[in-house]
Amino acid sequence: MNSQNISDDNVLENAANWRAQGRKVALATVIETWGSAPRPTGSQLAIRDDGSFVGSVSGGCIEGDVVTRALETLTSGKPEILEYGVSDAMAWEVGLACGGRIRVMVEPVTG
Amino acid sequence: MDAGILAQLVEDRAAKRPAVLATRLTDGFGKLVYPAEKQEENWLIKASHEVLASDRAAVIAGPDGDWFLNPFNPPLRLIVVGAVHIAQPLARMGQLAGYDVTVIDPRTSFASENRFPDIDLRHDWPDEAMAALAPDTRTAVVTLTHDPKLDDPALQAALKSPAFYIGALGSKKTHAARVARLKEAGFKDVDIARIYGPVGLSIGAKSPAEIAISIMAEITETLRQ
Repeated sequence: MNSQNISDDNVLENAANWRAQGRKVALATVIETWGSAPRPTGSQLAIRDDGSFVGSVSGGCIEGDVVTRALETLTSGKPEILEYGVSDAMAWEVGLACGGRIRVMVEPVTG
Repeated sequence: MDAGILAQLVEDRAAKRPAVLATRLTDGFGKLVYPAEKQEENWLIKASHEVLASDRAAVIAGPDGDWFLNPFNPPLRLIVVGAVHIAQPLARMGQLAGYDVTVIDPRTSFASENRFPDIDLRHDWPDEAMAALAPDTRTAVVTLTHDPKLDDPALQAALKSPAFYIGALGSKKTHAARVARLKEAGFKDVDIARIYGPVGLSIGAKSPAEIAISIMAEITETLRQ
Protein backbone atom coordinates (compact mmCIF):
# COMPACT_ATOMS: atom_id res chain seq x y z
CA MET A 1 0.00 0.00 0.00
CA ASN A 2 1.27 3.41 -0.89
CA SER A 3 -0.04 5.76 1.75
CA GLN A 4 2.94 8.06 1.61
CA ASN A 5 1.57 10.62 -0.78
CA ILE A 6 -2.05 10.66 0.17
CA SER A 7 -1.88 14.43 0.67
CA ASP A 8 -0.93 15.15 -2.94
CA ASP A 9 -3.26 12.62 -4.56
CA ASN A 10 -0.32 10.67 -6.00
CA VAL A 11 -0.32 12.92 -9.05
CA LEU A 12 2.85 11.50 -10.62
CA GLU A 13 1.91 7.91 -9.77
CA ASN A 14 -1.44 8.44 -11.50
CA ALA A 15 0.29 9.91 -14.54
CA ALA A 16 2.63 6.91 -14.75
CA ASN A 17 -0.27 4.46 -14.36
CA TRP A 18 -2.25 6.14 -17.13
CA ARG A 19 0.79 5.96 -19.41
CA ALA A 20 1.17 2.26 -18.58
CA GLN A 21 -2.46 1.79 -19.66
CA GLY A 22 -1.60 3.30 -23.03
CA ARG A 23 -3.20 6.70 -22.43
CA LYS A 24 -1.73 10.06 -23.34
CA VAL A 25 -0.93 12.25 -20.35
CA ALA A 26 -0.06 15.90 -19.77
CA LEU A 27 1.21 17.59 -16.62
CA ALA A 28 0.62 21.08 -15.25
CA THR A 29 2.90 22.57 -12.58
CA VAL A 30 2.73 25.87 -10.68
CA ILE A 31 6.14 27.44 -11.32
CA GLU A 32 5.72 30.93 -9.83
CA THR A 33 3.22 32.68 -7.57
CA TRP A 34 2.66 36.28 -6.50
CA GLY A 35 0.32 37.49 -3.78
CA SER A 36 -2.13 35.13 -2.15
CA ALA A 37 -1.93 32.23 -4.57
CA PRO A 38 -4.00 29.23 -3.49
CA ARG A 39 -1.41 26.48 -4.09
CA PRO A 40 2.37 26.75 -3.62
CA THR A 41 4.92 26.42 -6.41
CA GLY A 42 5.53 22.82 -7.36
CA SER A 43 1.83 21.88 -7.07
CA GLN A 44 0.84 19.61 -9.91
CA LEU A 45 -2.08 18.39 -11.95
CA ALA A 46 -1.96 15.29 -14.16
CA ILE A 47 -4.37 15.30 -17.10
CA ARG A 48 -5.45 12.24 -19.08
CA ASP A 49 -6.32 12.47 -22.79
CA ASP A 50 -10.07 12.24 -22.02
CA GLY A 51 -9.87 15.33 -19.79
CA SER A 52 -10.01 13.61 -16.41
CA PHE A 53 -7.43 14.87 -13.96
CA VAL A 54 -5.93 14.48 -10.46
CA GLY A 55 -4.23 17.06 -8.23
CA SER A 56 -4.63 20.84 -8.29
CA VAL A 57 -2.84 24.04 -9.28
CA SER A 58 -5.34 26.42 -7.66
CA GLY A 59 -8.39 26.28 -5.46
CA GLY A 60 -10.38 25.12 -8.48
CA CYS A 61 -10.58 28.53 -10.18
CA ILE A 62 -8.40 27.83 -13.21
CA GLU A 63 -8.26 24.03 -13.47
CA GLY A 64 -10.85 24.02 -16.26
CA ASP A 65 -8.73 26.25 -18.49
CA VAL A 66 -5.47 24.54 -17.52
CA VAL A 67 -6.91 21.15 -18.51
CA THR A 68 -7.93 22.51 -21.94
CA ARG A 69 -4.51 24.05 -22.52
CA ALA A 70 -2.72 20.94 -21.28
CA LEU A 71 -4.68 18.76 -23.70
CA GLU A 72 -3.53 21.06 -26.53
CA THR A 73 0.09 20.22 -25.68
CA LEU A 74 -0.69 16.56 -26.39
CA THR A 75 -1.24 17.60 -30.02
CA SER A 76 1.50 20.21 -30.29
CA GLY A 77 4.04 18.17 -28.35
CA LYS A 78 5.40 21.41 -26.88
CA PRO A 79 5.32 22.78 -23.34
CA GLU A 80 3.62 26.12 -22.70
CA ILE A 81 3.77 28.60 -19.85
CA LEU A 82 0.42 30.10 -18.84
CA GLU A 83 -0.20 33.06 -16.59
CA TYR A 84 -3.33 33.73 -14.56
CA GLY A 85 -4.29 36.59 -12.31
CA VAL A 86 -6.67 39.48 -11.74
CA SER A 87 -4.65 41.71 -14.03
CA ASP A 88 -4.96 39.17 -16.81
CA ALA A 89 -7.28 39.91 -19.71
CA MET A 90 -8.94 36.56 -19.05
CA ALA A 91 -9.68 37.49 -15.44
CA TRP A 92 -13.41 37.63 -16.08
CA GLU A 93 -13.30 34.15 -17.48
CA VAL A 94 -10.78 32.21 -15.43
CA GLY A 95 -9.16 34.65 -13.00
CA LEU A 96 -8.18 33.89 -9.44
CA ALA A 97 -10.82 35.09 -7.00
CA CYS A 98 -8.16 35.50 -4.31
CA GLY A 99 -6.39 38.24 -6.26
CA GLY A 100 -3.16 36.30 -6.59
CA ARG A 101 -1.21 35.68 -9.77
CA ILE A 102 0.38 32.42 -10.87
CA ARG A 103 2.41 30.97 -13.73
CA VAL A 104 1.69 27.39 -14.73
CA MET A 105 3.74 25.19 -17.03
CA VAL A 106 1.78 22.65 -19.09
CA GLU A 107 3.64 19.88 -20.87
CA PRO A 108 2.99 16.55 -22.53
CA VAL A 109 4.57 13.37 -21.19
CA THR A 110 6.56 12.21 -24.20
CA GLY A 111 8.61 9.24 -25.32
CA MET B 1 8.42 15.60 -19.53
CA ASP B 2 10.09 12.50 -20.81
CA ALA B 3 8.24 9.32 -19.80
CA GLY B 4 11.55 7.83 -18.60
CA ILE B 5 12.01 10.72 -16.18
CA LEU B 6 8.44 10.31 -14.92
CA ALA B 7 9.03 6.57 -14.32
CA GLN B 8 12.32 7.26 -12.52
CA LEU B 9 10.74 9.94 -10.32
CA VAL B 10 7.89 7.60 -9.35
CA GLU B 11 10.53 5.01 -8.44
CA ASP B 12 12.49 7.59 -6.40
CA ARG B 13 9.36 8.50 -4.46
CA ALA B 14 8.61 4.86 -3.70
CA ALA B 15 12.23 4.38 -2.53
CA LYS B 16 12.00 7.62 -0.47
CA ARG B 17 15.04 9.01 -2.27
CA PRO B 18 15.19 12.83 -2.26
CA ALA B 19 15.23 14.14 -5.84
CA VAL B 20 14.88 17.43 -7.69
CA LEU B 21 13.14 17.66 -11.05
CA ALA B 22 14.89 20.42 -12.98
CA THR B 23 13.10 21.79 -16.06
CA ARG B 24 14.56 24.38 -18.45
CA LEU B 25 11.70 26.79 -19.05
CA THR B 26 12.85 27.89 -22.50
CA ASP B 27 12.25 24.48 -24.07
CA GLY B 28 10.88 22.15 -21.37
CA PHE B 29 14.04 20.01 -21.26
CA GLY B 30 14.06 18.18 -17.92
CA LYS B 31 16.46 16.16 -15.80
CA LEU B 32 16.57 14.65 -12.34
CA VAL B 33 19.19 15.83 -9.85
CA TYR B 34 20.26 13.94 -6.73
CA PRO B 35 22.40 16.43 -4.82
CA ALA B 36 23.01 14.00 -1.93
CA GLU B 37 24.76 11.55 -4.25
CA LYS B 38 26.93 14.04 -6.13
CA GLN B 39 30.56 14.71 -5.30
CA GLU B 40 31.13 17.62 -7.67
CA GLU B 41 29.54 21.01 -7.17
CA ASN B 42 27.92 23.13 -9.87
CA TRP B 43 25.16 25.75 -9.97
CA LEU B 44 22.42 23.17 -10.56
CA ILE B 45 23.48 20.84 -7.74
CA LYS B 46 23.91 23.78 -5.37
CA ALA B 47 20.47 25.17 -6.21
CA SER B 48 18.97 21.66 -5.93
CA HIS B 49 20.42 21.35 -2.43
CA GLU B 50 18.69 24.59 -1.49
CA VAL B 51 15.23 23.68 -2.80
CA LEU B 52 15.38 20.31 -1.02
CA ALA B 53 16.46 21.97 2.24
CA SER B 54 13.70 24.59 2.07
CA ASP B 55 11.21 22.11 0.53
CA ARG B 56 10.11 24.92 -1.79
CA ALA B 57 10.19 24.90 -5.57
CA ALA B 58 11.94 27.84 -7.23
CA VAL B 59 12.82 29.38 -10.58
CA ILE B 60 16.61 29.74 -10.87
CA ALA B 61 18.55 31.69 -13.50
CA GLY B 62 20.95 29.25 -15.15
CA PRO B 63 23.68 29.91 -17.75
CA ASP B 64 21.27 28.81 -20.50
CA GLY B 65 18.05 30.46 -19.29
CA ASP B 66 15.61 30.03 -16.42
CA TRP B 67 15.17 26.60 -14.81
CA PHE B 68 12.32 25.46 -12.60
CA LEU B 69 13.52 23.28 -9.71
CA ASN B 70 10.85 21.15 -8.03
CA PRO B 71 11.99 19.29 -4.88
CA PHE B 72 10.59 15.84 -4.11
CA ASN B 73 11.48 15.13 -0.49
CA PRO B 74 10.48 11.87 1.17
CA PRO B 75 7.29 12.31 3.21
CA LEU B 76 7.30 13.98 6.59
CA ARG B 77 7.22 11.47 9.46
CA LEU B 78 5.02 11.32 12.54
CA ILE B 79 6.07 9.02 15.39
CA VAL B 80 3.34 8.39 17.95
CA VAL B 81 4.31 6.72 21.23
CA GLY B 82 1.34 5.01 22.85
CA ALA B 83 -1.32 3.18 20.84
CA VAL B 84 -4.08 4.76 22.92
CA HIS B 85 -7.48 5.99 21.76
CA ILE B 86 -6.20 9.44 20.71
CA ALA B 87 -3.52 7.73 18.61
CA GLN B 88 -6.16 6.18 16.36
CA PRO B 89 -7.57 9.43 14.89
CA LEU B 90 -4.12 11.10 15.12
CA ALA B 91 -2.51 8.38 12.98
CA ARG B 92 -5.19 8.72 10.31
CA MET B 93 -5.06 12.52 10.31
CA GLY B 94 -1.28 12.36 10.05
CA GLN B 95 -1.59 10.20 6.96
CA LEU B 96 -4.11 12.61 5.43
CA ALA B 97 -1.69 15.49 6.06
CA GLY B 98 1.02 13.61 4.15
CA TYR B 99 3.01 12.02 6.96
CA ASP B 100 4.47 8.53 7.13
CA VAL B 101 3.05 7.47 10.49
CA THR B 102 4.60 5.00 12.94
CA VAL B 103 2.94 4.01 16.21
CA ILE B 104 5.16 2.61 18.97
CA ASP B 105 3.71 0.58 21.84
CA PRO B 106 5.11 -2.64 23.31
CA ARG B 107 1.60 -3.57 24.45
CA THR B 108 0.42 -5.66 21.53
CA SER B 109 -3.23 -5.49 22.57
CA PHE B 110 -3.05 -1.69 22.16
CA ALA B 111 -0.90 -1.58 19.05
CA SER B 112 -2.98 -4.06 17.07
CA GLU B 113 -3.62 -4.05 13.36
CA ASN B 114 -7.30 -4.10 14.12
CA ARG B 115 -7.07 -0.75 15.87
CA PHE B 116 -4.52 0.70 13.43
CA PRO B 117 -5.17 -0.57 9.92
CA ASP B 118 -2.46 0.40 7.41
CA ILE B 119 -0.23 1.98 10.07
CA ASP B 120 3.38 0.98 10.70
CA LEU B 121 3.29 -0.55 14.22
CA ARG B 122 6.37 -1.17 16.39
CA HIS B 123 6.16 -3.35 19.49
CA ASP B 124 9.69 -2.59 20.70
CA TRP B 125 10.36 -0.50 23.78
CA PRO B 126 10.30 3.18 22.85
CA ASP B 127 14.06 3.74 23.27
CA GLU B 128 14.87 0.87 20.89
CA ALA B 129 12.15 1.84 18.43
CA MET B 130 13.24 5.49 18.47
CA ALA B 131 16.87 4.49 17.88
CA ALA B 132 15.81 2.44 14.87
CA LEU B 133 13.60 5.22 13.48
CA ALA B 134 16.23 7.96 13.97
CA PRO B 135 14.01 11.09 13.91
CA ASP B 136 15.33 13.84 11.61
CA THR B 137 14.41 17.47 10.92
CA ARG B 138 11.30 16.34 9.01
CA THR B 139 9.98 14.22 11.90
CA ALA B 140 7.38 15.01 14.58
CA VAL B 141 7.24 12.95 17.80
CA VAL B 142 4.20 12.78 20.07
CA THR B 143 3.99 10.79 23.32
CA LEU B 144 0.51 9.79 24.49
CA THR B 145 0.86 6.99 27.04
CA HIS B 146 0.81 9.02 30.31
CA ASP B 147 3.18 6.32 31.54
CA PRO B 148 6.71 7.59 32.32
CA LYS B 149 8.11 4.11 31.67
CA LEU B 150 7.08 4.46 28.03
CA ASP B 151 6.94 8.24 27.46
CA ASP B 152 10.22 9.27 29.12
CA PRO B 153 12.62 7.11 27.08
CA ALA B 154 10.88 8.28 23.89
CA LEU B 155 11.10 11.94 24.96
CA GLN B 156 14.76 11.56 25.86
CA ALA B 157 15.49 10.07 22.45
CA ALA B 158 13.44 12.82 20.76
CA LEU B 159 15.32 15.56 22.64
CA LYS B 160 18.62 14.12 21.43
CA SER B 161 17.33 14.25 17.84
CA PRO B 162 16.67 17.24 15.54
CA ALA B 163 12.91 16.42 15.36
CA PHE B 164 11.02 19.60 14.39
CA TYR B 165 8.18 18.93 16.84
CA ILE B 166 8.06 17.09 20.17
CA GLY B 167 4.74 16.92 22.01
CA ALA B 168 3.76 15.18 25.24
CA LEU B 169 0.22 14.51 26.40
CA GLY B 170 -0.58 15.27 30.02
CA SER B 171 -1.92 18.00 32.27
CA LYS B 172 0.18 20.93 33.45
CA LYS B 173 0.82 19.01 36.67
CA THR B 174 1.89 15.87 34.79
CA HIS B 175 4.11 17.97 32.58
CA ALA B 176 5.77 19.69 35.57
CA ALA B 177 6.61 16.27 37.01
CA ARG B 178 7.94 15.20 33.61
CA VAL B 179 10.13 18.31 33.36
CA ALA B 180 11.55 17.55 36.82
CA ARG B 181 12.40 13.96 35.77
CA LEU B 182 14.10 15.17 32.58
CA LYS B 183 16.16 17.68 34.56
CA GLU B 184 17.12 14.86 36.89
CA ALA B 185 18.25 12.92 33.84
CA GLY B 186 20.56 15.78 32.90
CA PHE B 187 18.57 17.68 30.27
CA LYS B 188 18.92 21.46 30.20
CA ASP B 189 15.95 23.87 30.39
CA VAL B 190 16.57 25.04 26.84
CA ASP B 191 16.26 21.44 25.59
CA ILE B 192 13.21 20.64 27.68
CA ALA B 193 11.56 23.81 26.36
CA ARG B 194 11.38 22.11 22.94
CA ILE B 195 8.60 19.91 24.31
CA TYR B 196 5.04 21.08 23.66
CA GLY B 197 3.25 20.14 26.86
CA PRO B 198 0.38 20.00 27.46
CA VAL B 199 0.28 18.89 23.83
CA GLY B 200 -1.90 20.54 21.18
CA LEU B 201 -3.43 23.95 20.50
CA SER B 202 -5.89 25.17 23.08
CA ILE B 203 -9.20 24.79 21.24
CA GLY B 204 -11.25 23.20 23.99
CA ALA B 205 -10.87 19.73 22.46
CA LYS B 206 -12.69 16.96 24.34
CA SER B 207 -13.05 13.79 22.27
CA PRO B 208 -10.05 11.77 21.03
CA ALA B 209 -10.60 13.03 17.47
CA GLU B 210 -10.81 16.65 18.63
CA ILE B 211 -7.62 16.27 20.65
CA ALA B 212 -5.96 14.73 17.58
CA ILE B 213 -7.04 17.82 15.58
CA SER B 214 -5.47 20.12 18.18
CA ILE B 215 -2.21 18.11 18.06
CA MET B 216 -2.15 17.98 14.25
CA ALA B 217 -2.83 21.73 14.15
CA GLU B 218 0.09 22.42 16.50
CA ILE B 219 2.40 20.22 14.44
CA THR B 220 1.32 22.05 11.28
CA GLU B 221 1.85 25.45 12.92
CA THR B 222 5.34 24.43 14.04
CA LEU B 223 6.21 23.12 10.58
CA ARG B 224 4.89 26.04 8.56
CA GLN B 225 5.42 29.14 10.72
